[in-house]
Amino acid sequence: MDLNLQEVNATEFPVPVELENNIAITSLSQLYNWGRRNSMWPMLFGLACCAIEMIATASSRFDFSRFGFEVMRATPRQADLMIVSGTVTKKMVVPIVRLYNQMPEPKYVLAMGACASGGGPFKEGYNVVSGMDKYLPVDVYVPGCPPTPQALLYGMIALQRKIDGQSIANGDDVPWYGEGPAEPTPVPVLGPDIIDPRQMDMIRRQAESAASEMDLLGQRELPALTQLVAAKVETAQAAVAEAGPVDEDALSVVLPTGGTPWAEAEDIREKRRLRALARKALRATRRTAQTEGE
Amino acid sequence: MENLAAAEQSVERLSIDDSIEYLKANHSQAIKLDDRDGYEGVIVDSDMLVDIARVIRDELGFDYLSSATAVDYLGEGDHMEMVYHAYRSSGGGALVFKAQTDREAAEIPSLVSVWRGADFQEREAWDLYGIRFPGHPNLTRILMWEGFEGHPMRKDWREAYYEEEQKPFDSRWPGGHVHRAEEKNVFGKNVSYPPDIDLNRLMDTSEEAVYQSLGLGVDIERIMDKDGFETNELVVNMGPHHPSTHGVFRMLLTVDGETVTSLEPVMGYLHRNHEKIGERNTYLHNIPFTDRLDYISSMGNNHGYVLAVEQLMSLGRKYNPPTYRCEALRVMMVELSRIVNHLWAIGFWLNDIGAFFTPVLYFIQERERILDFFEAVAGSRMMCNYMRFGGLFGDLPERIKSVSNLTNDRVRDYNTMQFLTEMINERIPRTIDELEVLLTQNEILIERSMGVGILSAEDALNFSAAGPLLRGSGVAYDIRRADPYSIYPELDFDVAVEEEGDMYARYRVRVTELRESVRILKQILPRLESTQGESIWADGKPGAYAPRVPHGESYGRVENGKGELGYYIVSAGGRGGSSNPWRYHVRAPSFINLTPLGHMSKGHKVADIVGILGSIDIVLGETDR
Ligand code: SF4
Repeated sequence: MDLNLQEVNATEFPVPVELENNIAITSLSQLYNWGRRNSMWPMLFGLACCAIEMIATASSRFDFSRFGFEVMRATPRQADLMIVSGTVTKKMVVPIVRLYNQMPEPKYVLAMGACASGGGPFKEGYNVVSGMDKYLPVDVYVPGCPPTPQALLYGMIALQRKIDGQSIANGDDVPWYGEGPAEPTPVPVLGPDIIDPRQMDMIRRQAESAASEMDLLGQRELPALTQLVAAKVETAQAAVAEAGPVDEDALSVVLPTGGTPWAEAEDIREKRRLRALARKALRATRRTAQTEGE
Repeated sequence: MENLAAAEQSVERLSIDDSIEYLKANHSQAIKLDDRDGYEGVIVDSDMLVDIARVIRDELGFDYLSSATAVDYLGEGDHMEMVYHAYRSSGGGALVFKAQTDREAAEIPSLVSVWRGADFQEREAWDLYGIRFPGHPNLTRILMWEGFEGHPMRKDWREAYYEEEQKPFDSRWPGGHVHRAEEKNVFGKNVSYPPDIDLNRLMDTSEEAVYQSLGLGVDIERIMDKDGFETNELVVNMGPHHPSTHGVFRMLLTVDGETVTSLEPVMGYLHRNHEKIGERNTYLHNIPFTDRLDYISSMGNNHGYVLAVEQLMSLGRKYNPPTYRCEALRVMMVELSRIVNHLWAIGFWLNDIGAFFTPVLYFIQERERILDFFEAVAGSRMMCNYMRFGGLFGDLPERIKSVSNLTNDRVRDYNTMQFLTEMINERIPRTIDELEVLLTQNEILIERSMGVGILSAEDALNFSAAGPLLRGSGVAYDIRRADPYSIYPELDFDVAVEEEGDMYARYRVRVTELRESVRILKQILPRLESTQGESIWADGKPGAYAPRVPHGESYGRVENGKGELGYYIVSAGGRGGSSNPWRYHVRAPSFINLTPLGHMSKGHKVADIVGILGSIDIVLGETDR
């Protein structure tokens, strides 16, 4: 294929018409992106039903090689793009994160289909992770169950556009050009349920409080229990107080018309959520106190 | 002596009812008729289970254990039950027998010594229901990982996103409030961890610990200790990310040089809790879920499920069987999916043995035409969600329009019948011819596949193999003939069978079945013409949105591309029946066909293993469910 220099040319520097096919003036970033976006090799890696449509997209009728996705590589070491094509289960997310860590940077993740984007039809299951983005940074989401090959192609082209917008000069855009080696994503652990190492502290606290509550209930020490309930009520009340009053009217105005700034709307929503949580906690603790009292 | 043999012969041919009589007469102390409303078969005293199973296999001739699964009757009798469906390889209906046990400390003797096909199914029952099987050679978790807390299919086990026992959830229907489960139940915060959780051990990153934490099930000790450093055997892990495992399947090989000395399949990486979700769903809800089992042939999955539910519905008072046109359309769809399935299977098997991606591209091209048709009829390429209880989603459209606007697209706007006629009479046969010319006598193919991965006829039956795997081993067992359903009895076709039991034989079976499917399709076309205008609904109008299904159990099975696909459904509840299945089990051919994989692979080279796996033809959506 002939090199289309127009594609790389940065428009602010005009090239004389007669030299258009010989000379291109461009920035390093742009040249670099141009190379990258046209040689994205996806990893040969299928998870579920969506993988079948991914294969269909790779084969002759749709043929994503036309857009620079050339060949699929079975090893993560040679892949630039991870197409998460299917349901991510708790058992499988462990190898997926390890695979992602093995991919050389720069690397991208495309969540294909409802499952990879948010859990999909199987989300309510006990072994299903509700979306790849719970563990990995996802660049493009393609909706569908399964997405048609056309939709996947569109998603892949969207990724190319994303690459076009990145600049090696900006460390926020492309974290991998920062200094030092990149931190690997923590690999989840399969314990009694799936454990995200980033949540270790929370889990430890949960387990400890479960243990202490069990002790209390086991010994049937009513005073201690009342104390516990009282403490819970206190925290809940504090939470309500902290959340402050909610201006429900403001919220209803905000949403349809967009009159209030977005951040404010978020704020109100957050408050509302907190209040709801706190109220719920209050009710629950009162109930426990009651039953225990009986 | 001769008399005795004759007597045994005739016992082997007893009808199902007489077989039950025979069991009752000879083993009255261990057998009880299952007289629950809508149930069939016998309940066997679990202490005697193994003996009775031998009688059923050897004396009565039910040599094929199709399905073994557990049911939790919490609140409906408070016991656990194992349900077995045994068939004769010569054809006919099922002898259903069951064994019951207490819910706590559930224990039922293992039947692996009688049918090795029970191996994985019992492990699944242990994993999901917590039933122990004394006598099982390797009773470990199979779908979840070792160390997982609880047995999730038990009725009192609740998942993190639990809302209510059954759908439709009050919050969504009839009020119509849609909300996302996470809003009430934030992911990662909706799980609880036991107080004695050992986080330090879990965070241990030594190699051994990493392997164990992955739930890999490797016994590292065994390998490391064996002869110290001198050890010649090596454990090689293949998958779950491996291009030749057809998805997220994993094999643990022990190799001596290039030769495989043992192979253990590891699965569950795509365990999507199909059955747990299915038991919360209404009956109708489950149809789109079945699409996602064997996602290559969703039409076949639909068919098995609607058959099972229709069987249950026929127990009720008002029931009209599907119309003729509906049956003809169903058969046509299923046969087209079979063609897709076999083309796909052959193509990817060729990939595995070295013809990398060239043949499969041609097959996928053919698949695309068929998918265009599915899309025009059902609205979706892959997940057709086409069949309904007593009917279909819709009749054939007048014209087929391809939505893909690509330059090399030859399907644009066709008259449906014309399109079908051309496809069935010309295109597909042409592809099959081409395939045969290039492959069937191809020397490399023959060298690679003849005599590799042999499974004898006895083993195939004993391992509960199904589909081309069983027929490639010389057992002419095709459910369309052996236990016919739909309009297959009046259609003219042969059961493909090959004697050798190797990879090549399975390939030949698939090619023959492709041709037989075309033969069936050719007979369907005139039937469609002659029933033009007939309703596709049994009652002349679409079936109920939330049908109530009478109390009872049913097992509907079809011959799907990959083998016998069965649905075991229990409808519990009061006299009026239920609108949600109490038990919804899928007898997945891909899952059970993997049972003999270790046996078939022993002694072969590593490079052949991927071919053997490919020749079984599995799909992970169905294996792990
Ligand atoms: S999004 Fe749909 S098609 Fe894709 S993996 Fe999930 S269930 Fe399968």
